[in-house]
Amino acid sequence: MNRSSALLTAGPIPAVPEISRLRDDFPILSRKVHGKPLVYLDNAATTQKPRSVIAAVQRYYRTSNANVHRGVHALSDRATQAYEEARNRVARFLNAREDREIVFVRGATEAINLVAQTFGLLRLREGDEVLVTAMEHHANIVPWQMVCDRAGARLTVAPVYAAGELDLAAYEGMLTGRTRLAAVTHVSNALGTVNPVREMIGMAHARGIPVLVDGAQAAPHLPVDVQALGCDFYVFSGHKLYGPTGIGVLYGKAEHLEAMPPYQGGGDMILRVTFEKTTYNAIPWKFEAGTPNIAGAVGLRAAIDYLDAIGLPAVSTHERELLAYATEEVGRIPGVRIVGTAREKAGILSFVLEGVHPHDIGTILDHEGVAIRAGHHCAMPLMDRLGLPATARASFGLYNTPAEVDLLAAGIRKAREVFR
Amino acid sequence: MTVDLRSLYQEIIVDHNRRPRNFREIPDADRTAIGDNPLCGDRLTVYVNVQGGVIRDIGFVGNGCAISTASASLMTEALLGKTEQEADALFERFHDLVTGIGHGARGSLGKLEALAGVRQFPARVKCATLAWHTVRTALNTPGRTASTE
Repeated sequence: MNRSSALLTAGPIPAVPEISRLRDDFPILSRKVHGKPLVYLDNAATTQKPRSVIAAVQRYYRTSNANVHRGVHALSDRATQAYEEARNRVARFLNAREDREIVFVRGATEAINLVAQTFGLLRLREGDEVLVTAMEHHANIVPWQMVCDRAGARLTVAPVYAAGELDLAAYEGMLTGRTRLAAVTHVSNALGTVNPVREMIGMAHARGIPVLVDGAQAAPHLPVDVQALGCDFYVFSGHKLYGPTGIGVLYGKAEHLEAMPPYQGGGDMILRVTFEKTTYNAIPWKFEAGTPNIAGAVGLRAAIDYLDAIGLPAVSTHERELLAYATEEVGRIPGVRIVGTAREKAGILSFVLEGVHPHDIGTILDHEGVAIRAGHHCAMPLMDRLGLPATARASFGLYNTPAEVDLLAAGIRKAREVFR
Repeated sequence: MTVDLRSLYQEIIVDHNRRPRNFREIPDADRTAIGDNPLCGDRLTVYVNVQGGVIRDIGFVGNGCAISTASASLMTEALLGKTEQEADALFERFHDLVTGIGHGARGSLGKLEALAGVRQFPARVKCATLAWHTVRTALNTPGRTASTE
């Protein structure tokens, strides 16, 4: 790849100015770390926030702050409107059929816990199974283990090949008459593998099995259309999508959400309370007990507006080119092995360096201003499967550049020197 | 390389990482413990033989970063021939050394001083102390897993 062909828009001219203009939208990217310009390559952990998101949160608190769905006063109306407009924005972003299929939660983790504790516990009986893949984040393992334990059900695990691709035939074979739900990741946070979720959902649905898709690493990188996918649930976190922390999304088909019991009790999730009986609110509010993260929802809306203005297809293309360049530049450093070589990948480069532990790579890169993640990436079963205690992981966002990949590669070479 | 970084990865650290001393199982060890740093995936097992209150043999195996491996290696050298009480006292002084908090006796810790650079790297203190927590577990409550979390 031509190192200056960082295209954000289709066209024959390398659009580097495009990126440098976008970078200006992110105030934090101009800061220095250890005296070096920040090279932020830990986007799979969390992304940086554009000015428009920071401003939207601030504007909300400065001009509209009040509680939602409660007051008769003007500010409460404005806050409610802003909050519900954010829900509508998310619904359009995911192409949900209706706004009420969008439940605001703290993040993908809470969304999965919500589904496990309501939909899961409602359906699971002794001897039943929940199917996951071997490349799940702990957030899509532990909530299922918890409800399986309670119900006497079993967690089954579809295997992955050494390259980090799902064994699709084995997955299909594990969709049995006892499987009550498949919970699968769209994109692996540790390896970047993009799973063929559409096919996986089709296989499950052919047997009447509903599917939850963990989209935490997919929504910021690929266009997602929940109707086209046909999934029953889709979850993602705002903070990995250039939005604030503490806000995330559960999409659920209305028929499922209607049938599910509430997750938490409290204000806002009720219609009427007496000490004898409580009538629950309609969806989605039935699942939003207590005062929600209104400013977070407003910030998430601004993040989606920002991302959509650039266009996810363009972001996706840019990140794919960057990943290809990084794979080549990092992969040719002597002693480096790329971990996760699936044909379809998104934005993540996991690697190990012979004789240098990922943590030491992380510390040395940090001193060059380069922020990466080192460790098991909250996917310990996957690391066990690959026979690795840890990897170093560089993960890309829309604002990263080929020049930053060069600094990453230079830092890795420096780590080699230190331990020569 | 910056001064900070050079102070962390001193020659002696790099050397003990590449060729860790006493890197072996002791099949008939009378004290063993496993140390686990779940955040990093570092995991090691420490073996100790104590006779008459004195550490007569000590070894370790496992997988970890340069700081945890070198620290474990240097620790085995430092503890060989020490009494259990001396080992405890050394643990305290080492802990003070890498955290930069001093309450105990002063004075040089010899080769262990090479790990003083960890002070500048709060995220790495756990790496340096993993083997020490593990040996303390082996001596006091053998069979338990020491965890940095």
